[in-house]
Amino acid sequence: MTGAFLGLLRRDLRLSLRQGGDVGLVIGFFVLAVLLFPFGVGPEPELLGRIAAGIIWVAALLAAVLSLDRLFAADHADGGLDLIALSAMPLELAVLAKAAAHWLTTGLPLTLISPLLAVLVDLDAAAIPVLMLGLLLGTPALSLFGAIAAALTLGARRPGVLVSLLVLPLYLPPLIFGAGAVEATLTADGGRAHLLLLGALTLAALPLAPLATAAALRQALD
Amino acid sequence: MSASVAASIAIDDELVGEDLACRRGERLVFAGLDCRLAAGGALLLTGSNGSGKSSLLRLLATLLTPAAGQLWWAGAPVAADRTRYRAMIDYVGHLDATKAALTARETLGFWAALRGTARPDIDAALDRFGLGAVADWPCRWLSAGQRRRLALARLVAAPAPVWLLDEPTAALDSDGEVRLVAAIADHRAGGGRVALATHQPIALPGAVPIVLDDFAASPGDALATLW
Repeated sequence: MTGAFLGLLRRDLRLSLRQGGDVGLVIGFFVLAVLLFPFGVGPEPELLGRIAAGIIWVAALLAAVLSLDRLFAADHADGGLDLIALSAMPLELAVLAKAAAHWLTTGLPLTLISPLLAVLVDLDAAAIPVLMLGLLLGTPALSLFGAIAAALTLGARRPGVLVSLLVLPLYLPPLIFGAGAVEATLTADGGRAHLLLLGALTLAALPLAPLATAAALRQALD
Repeated sequence: MSASVAASIAIDDELVGEDLACRRGERLVFAGLDCRLAAGGALLLTGSNGSGKSSLLRLLATLLTPAAGQLWWAGAPVAADRTRYRAMIDYVGHLDATKAALTARETLGFWAALRGTARPDIDAALDRFGLGAVADWPCRWLSAGQRRRLALARLVAAPAPVWLLDEPTAALDSDGEVRLVAAIADHRAGGGRVALATHQPIALPGAVPIVLDDFAASPGDALATLW
């Protein structure tokens, strides 16, 4: 069963990397979205620095949504989802493997380049470790919640738009605690409580999201 | 295994569909369908477009839940332990489940690993369907017929007692069809069984024919008016 899990994870990673662009597109979107803000709100360092964490988190959410509609749609369209459902591995585990692959190709690279963007939008250097830790703890929840929406919209006519409408409300808690952690660090309250809550969100999503997603997938296959 | 043991297994592990009905959306596709598939046996599903051949195969594969009736495997209801039953079936639907960016070898290796097949002989399976020369080509370079062969090679790479094949000869050339017929004959000779839906004549000696049109639900059917 571990073999099947790792096999699916490895295949999805290989597909994203080989179909080039996939990872690059998400990162490119993330960088551009963040860079739009200095042009929109003006380049004053104080103003930008204060909203920097919010900008980066919002851009990360949107970048994560961007790639969600492909999470199950490709396998659904080519019949692969039938075979995954028929495999010895529980569907919940297959969902977990696909969500993990999604995180490794979106959440993780976004986390890794976030310090660079933080500098571009004048975030206080002292807050960068907290921003990164927050993204590291929170982005898995984005992939897991996203899987639910991606499964629910299988077979819909405009899945991309529908996924965003479904999933963005679910992304509010990670956004609040993620941006809040940075804010709290800068005001000397310490971001510990926010980071713990982010971790709790991901831990709660880890078993619950695959259950909900698998139920939605079964519905889509029937 | 002695002949008598083999015979007793053959009786015990029959796949039986009892009074099956299938509903797609609000339409009752077929109803009152009985079928039996013993070791070495074959079912040949025919019928007009939309008569429910694919639906019956998906139902036998547990991908659809019957609107009425029940599936039995080895004397026990399939619904009671679907995981055990699913390990017994190989389903090749009308979609090929290939990815443009993966090679034929990678595709087959992945699906065999997902079935939990220990040490699958990928090369032998590819050769069996004449894909040895294109094993390391990405699937985007393969023709429709070659992708079909690759889907069928799953049957050999990850063997299971029950093969459920939906239009397996679609897009296949005559060589491909010969290879498929040979693979099915070998499978049945080894006690395997096959349910196959097709529009084209195919050599399937001793197959039990099921004409899906015979089970089309009349509009006045109790189930049909339920929804």
